[in-house]
Amino acid sequence: MPAPNKSADDDIRVPDQNPRPDGSSAERLGFWVRHETLKPALIAVASTVVVFGAGVWFVVSSPNWPAVKNQFFNPDDFAAAWPDVLDGFWRNLQMFAYSMLAIPVLALVIAVARSLRGPAFFPIRFLATAFTDVMRGIPLILLILLLGFGLPALQLPGLPKSAMFWGVTALTLSYSAYTAEIYRSGIDAVPESQRASARSLGLSQIQALRYAILPQAIRNVVPALMNTVVSLQKDVALVSVLGVRDAVREAQIYTSRTFNYTSYVAATVLFLLISIPLTRFVDWYAARDRARMSDQQR
Amino acid sequence: MTARPPHAKTPKLELIDVHKSYGRTPVLRGMTMDVAEHDVVCLIGPSGCGKSTLLRCVDLLDPIASGQILLDGADITARGVSADDVRRRVGIVFQSFNLFPHLTVLDNVTLAARRVHHVSKRDAEAKANELLERFGLAGLARSYPNRISGGQNQRAAIVRALMGQPELLLLDEVTSALDPELVGEVLGLIGELADGGMTMVLATHEMGFAREVADKVCFLSDGRVLESGPPSQLFEDPQQPRTQQFLRLVHQAGRI
Repeated sequence: MPAPNKSADDDIRVPDQNPRPDGSSAERLGFWVRHETLKPALIAVASTVVVFGAGVWFVVSSPNWPAVKNQFFNPDDFAAAWPDVLDGFWRNLQMFAYSMLAIPVLALVIAVARSLRGPAFFPIRFLATAFTDVMRGIPLILLILLLGFGLPALQLPGLPKSAMFWGVTALTLSYSAYTAEIYRSGIDAVPESQRASARSLGLSQIQALRYAILPQAIRNVVPALMNTVVSLQKDVALVSVLGVRDAVREAQIYTSRTFNYTSYVAATVLFLLISIPLTRFVDWYAARDRARMSDQQR
Repeated sequence: MTARPPHAKTPKLELIDVHKSYGRTPVLRGMTMDVAEHDVVCLIGPSGCGKSTLLRCVDLLDPIASGQILLDGADITARGVSADDVRRRVGIVFQSFNLFPHLTVLDNVTLAARRVHHVSKRDAEAKANELLERFGLAGLARSYPNRISGGQNQRAAIVRALMGQPELLLLDEVTSALDPELVGEVLGLIGELADGGMTMVLATHEMGFAREVADKVCFLSDGRVLESGPPSQLFEDPQQPRTQQFLRLVHQAGRI
């Protein structure tokens, strides 16, 4: 909060030059602290080198390592496969982006539909519940296969035939069901009294959800939602079973041509390049959110 | 308290033989009472006697099983009555304040005005600031509920209920969740409202306050009004043995 009032006590507080009780200056204290944090850091580095060194040595010393190295970690094959795999990965990112746009919206609709009360809303509640049960009950890969091969086979006019479209649709349906459940757990975690007080102010059921319940509910589940994002980013690769030439499919094509598996490692590297920063971001965000919750002030 | 004219006109609120159960547990068993306009009615009685349920039913937060609840003579539990319309005329404040934690005090107070009544942000905030100032909360408009005291929370919750200019204000043990030293500021506010002529029904354990502010006190027992009357009569000369026993226990606990 900005408090630009110049009062008398401004003259008293000059904290930076205050001497320490023990007579040492702030600067000397800082050096002492730096020195003290150096030791744990050194220990951490040393133990990391030892542990990981042992792990790498264990793998590399295995009798078949030279063959595996040639099959999976061949620099030449890596370079040869990279452009196609990268090109395919671009398609993965596109599908990821499309599902990321559709999932939060559909999931929210389902979650809200499931939280509506009163007998008039029964059909909506029933449909939403049935949707979640069915979509969560089907293994994602089966859903992708069924939609991707089944619906275009109907040859209905106006229905897209693109495998990518049906892949994204399958991802969206399945992930929306899970995401809706996350939203709903957030909604359920908001105390009943909040709903009562919103309704008592004259807010309709939908208004109460929108202005009072959902803002709290979504804040409760942001970390869980972001974990779903990380998971979705990888599951996009499943669409390769439809023949969509994504990173995995391109890697497969390279492998079937050359009998060398380095292309899979290339695809793995690409997925890690996205998912590790994403995971770090989720952790950072969750920690920040916790800190903000405990110190919530504008 | 000034003398009031006899209640010849329609009472503001009237309950006729109201029944209500939670599951198989009967809570209200033939509740009958009335509240005249500008009156303050205090509901007292042991825990579980139906005080809170009564208030929730009047605000239509819980449906009743049978009976009638009349607001200005019209049955609000009848078919086709919009609960939202009723709630816009009746304010309720709960024991646990229930401010929305993600909104500032000002946003809490203006939410219904802006979203339900479509008052402009400027007008709503002007009115809210006026009310907040009147009840000594002007400095807290931008604070979040978890950064202010329980007493301040509860006063803000009352201001929030007042924003809709209710014709009837229901207060459900609004001081029970407060530290003792914070009770006074909330009771002070309610006293001010009573002096301003607000029609109120309050469930309370603050007998001293009830005696001071109430026009009528109802002693509830087993989901019925067992005895009611002006505070002087009910507190000093209770007729029913249950009332006498309850007041004796309260007295022994030092709450009178």
